[in-house]
Amino acid sequence: MAADTTALTASDTHAATGHSSGGIGNPVLGMLLFITSEVMFFAGLFAAYFSIRANYTETINGVVVHHWPPQALEDILNPFRLFTPEGYLNVVLPATIMLVLSSFTCQFAVNAIKHDNRTSFIRNMSVTLVLGIAFLLLQLFDYSVLIREGLTISNTTFGTTYYTLTGFHFAHVFGGVLMLGVVLYRGMAGQFSSRHHDMVEASSLYWHFVDIVWVLLFSILYLL
Amino acid sequence: MATTTLNPAAPAYRSTLYEWLTTTDHKKIGIMYLINSMIFFVAGGLLALVVRIQLVVPKSADVMGGFVTPEFYNQAFTMHASFMLFLFIIPILAGFGNYAVPLQLGAPDMAFPRINALSLWLLPLGGLLMASGFLVSGGSAAAGWTEYPPLSQQLGTGTDLWIMGLVLIGTSSILGAINFLVTIFKMRAPGLTLFRMPVLTWTVLVTSVLVLMATPVLTSALIMLFIDRNYGGHFFDPANGGNAILYQNVFWFYSHPAVYIMVLPAMGIISEVLPVFSRKPLFGYKAFVFATVGIGALGFSVWAHHMFTTGAVFLPFFSLMTFLIAVPTGVKMFNWIATMWRGQLQFSTPLLYAVGFLSMFLIGGLNGAFSAAVPVDFALHDTYWVVAHIHYVLFGGSVFAVFAGIYYWFPKMTGRMLGEGLGKVQFVLMFIGFNLTFFPMHQLGLAGMPRRIADYASAAGWNELNMAATVGGFIIALSVLPFFWNVLVSLRNGKVAGDDPWEANTLEWATSSPPPPYNFDHLPEIRSERPVFDARHGRTAAH
Repeated sequence: MAADTTALTASDTHAATGHSSGGIGNPVLGMLLFITSEVMFFAGLFAAYFSIRANYTETINGVVVHHWPPQALEDILNPFRLFTPEGYLNVVLPATIMLVLSSFTCQFAVNAIKHDNRTSFIRNMSVTLVLGIAFLLLQLFDYSVLIREGLTISNTTFGTTYYTLTGFHFAHVFGGVLMLGVVLYRGMAGQFSSRHHDMVEASSLYWHFVDIVWVLLFSILYLL
Repeated sequence: MATTTLNPAAPAYRSTLYEWLTTTDHKKIGIMYLINSMIFFVAGGLLALVVRIQLVVPKSADVMGGFVTPEFYNQAFTMHASFMLFLFIIPILAGFGNYAVPLQLGAPDMAFPRINALSLWLLPLGGLLMASGFLVSGGSAAAGWTEYPPLSQQLGTGTDLWIMGLVLIGTSSILGAINFLVTIFKMRAPGLTLFRMPVLTWTVLVTSVLVLMATPVLTSALIMLFIDRNYGGHFFDPANGGNAILYQNVFWFYSHPAVYIMVLPAMGIISEVLPVFSRKPLFGYKAFVFATVGIGALGFSVWAHHMFTTGAVFLPFFSLMTFLIAVPTGVKMFNWIATMWRGQLQFSTPLLYAVGFLSMFLIGGLNGAFSAAVPVDFALHDTYWVVAHIHYVLFGGSVFAVFAGIYYWFPKMTGRMLGEGLGKVQFVLMFIGFNLTFFPMHQLGLAGMPRRIADYASAAGWNELNMAATVGGFIIALSVLPFFWNVLVSLRNGKVAGDDPWEANTLEWATSSPPPPYNFDHLPEIRSERPVFDARHGRTAAH
């Protein structure tokens, strides 16, 4: 292109660097907007779930009733039983507690790096990552239990919505684990400080988001 | 005053091709958006010709042995719409946004240049995935671009490829929207307040919010369809406790805002062109901005007017909200006409297309308002009236605006003007061809011709109008030839444009044509929504 590189006066530095002054950082704003789109994605799936749930009926003792979750699944889905009816370990509640805890440790890590406390940052971020991976493993184990208990994606509408909702949540946790892994790696390389931690903050927002989605999922699938 | 010197390291030699394929420069990415969209415009246009040839006479199976099989006919109109909506109109408007928005903001690039490149390259990938349906047995998606179940659950692998392609295209849109929003909120030049932003940038802002809120919902609908088709899910399967209307609700929650995604930036282009070629400021700038926001907000409350005949939606609410959309749209129409009123009109090609937009979009708005009335909609639903309506707003509206934009910004993109003579030939041919194709479809719809049929009885009284529409279709096809010839000739031999050939208002005309990679050496002082006008006339007082 024709124009030469020229000297810029200080008032032109905007044109040279594109740095905006003050306010929320570009990566953090970008992440908030991305989370907005993710909220809408899950809103579509939740809408489908509630629509199907509202129209669900089954016949119990010769009477057509609205009973959700389907009666046959009620014991399998009780999160407060230590063992499922077939005698497998029920890990959904521990997994939930782990994911909720990891949101706190993640925020501790963000607060630590804001105060330039790198040891605490790395320690808390490592714990977050371990809790996240543990959640994924427990979730996989739980799927294997549910399939052995007879809940599949194709045998009931409950199964279809259950596996779709939790499956996409699983994929999002997996993405979050990758993201936090990069944050931890870069943190251990000393790339973050109290002045430079936009990526840490953006990743933590995403992690809080997947945590909140799980709390909602746990509530509507297991409790309500 | 302190000075900083830009001193980039001398770049290693790279071939031009490598440079374009790996670039993160928003201007090159914007131009590639336009090229990619034009390729799919041609592909979608050829499929439209297939549809028009098939319908040129009744009983075409007897007359010409059936130009195409009914199965291929279904694929043709499905992929025509899919290409035109998802791979032409939406991306080409995003392409204009990509090219113009950072320049109009006085920014050096988009906020996330590499994500911008990702948004671009997802498009040809998604498009090819979608188009690859033609190569598999059973052919491409064929249940119409809306892909309603249960029909879409019964067709072949092409539908899966269509779903996967569209998810990629949607992801591209979402990433682009995030990029636009961060750029607009964070990268404006000093002095460029929100209410001094060019109107195109405002429309891109509102469009990006629509994309951000609506497109993920389409993704969820597509994913549920995919799960039903491939993993034995029952979301949309009434026999097993699912709900087929659920798909329509989720789909239109995206696809109605999507029609504003397809027209708001086009309105932005028109609002850039009209003031420049009328030699007047845009009439009612703030009213225009609020009208844009109003259309965007109302756009989320009208989706079920596509579903009146399902009997599963609350008719008075959605009918009322649909009529309300006419209010902000009317404000815009008034502003555009008032902008031209007593202006020194310069009938260059961009203005011709802009006036074409105004007249055709007006018809498209009016025939849409008819369908918003529930009893009328019950009569016209799924007839050619709907086809006429969509083409008057999307072709007469958006496509005319696209060509206005191409003629308007081509000098900035390339440094050379497009030929005016060929431009006017193209406009006249396209205007005639467009009206000859789509106006008869109103009458066909009123006469009861359903859309998406491959054949019709000769006694139905639809013969002459279909013949006219087919002739018009070929005139439209003919009209794009002078355009491509014009581009090829002008790239080499066009008149040299200079920085500001149109004596325009907004910041992209304050830099060279084409602009340097970092966009601006110096920015003019910004004291109004027309900084370049102010600089040209030595006016820097507050507006």
